Amino acid sequence: MTARTVIDARGTFCPGPLMELIGGMKLINVGDELELLSTDKGSASDIPEWINKVGHQMVSTTEESGVWHIVVRKAK
Amino acid sequence: MSSTKISVMVVSGSLERLQMAAMVTSIGAVSGDDVTVFLSMNALSYFVKGHTGTAPAEGEFGRIMSSKNVPPFKELFQKALEFGDARIHPCSMAMDVLGVTDKDMEPYLAEPIGLTKFLTNAEGGRILTF
Repeated sequence: MTARTVIDARGTFCPGPLMELIGGMKLINVGDELELLSTDKGSASDIPEWINKVGHQMVSTTEESGVWHIVVRKAK
Repeated sequence: MSSTKISVMVVSGSLERLQMAAMVTSIGAVSGDDVTVFLSMNALSYFVKGHTGTAPAEGEFGRIMSSKNVPPFKELFQKALEFGDARIHPCSMAMDVLGVTDKDMEPYLAEPIGLTKFLTNAEGGRILTF
């Protein structure tokens, strides 16, 4: 079963959410997912770029009441 | 993922420029780029041990940014070292002018280098100056 860890980066600005995501990625296993909560709109578009560049997988990006839920899967 | 060599020269002591230099360094390093930072002139004193890292804003944006929860530039430089391939060198000339030695500098800095070595290392890559 895939484990999912939630990281709350609400209230921090770029590149704070990305750095928190990377720190979280180091702690999870390959195949597991991480859900990042962010209020920074720039990070919502920049984080998928980083995920694609380094070779992890985007699972979903949704926005609810000004909070972005960015779900990624560790691929390596 | 292709690796790009990025050499970042930081000479300004203004918040906006230090912040942008730290952002480029951290994002580049965590994206697989090979990043070398060279700290000189007004940027160096922020990396003397014990400096709070509080820099004066150059303009309106910096003043607004100061009131927001933006990651501090010294923390971003350290994230680059922690998560990526980066090294941060103080400028040997600027250290001489300030009268500081290796032991006075933040422990995460690499050895002091001069401009000749920085430029030699930068050959074939991108140089960004802040």
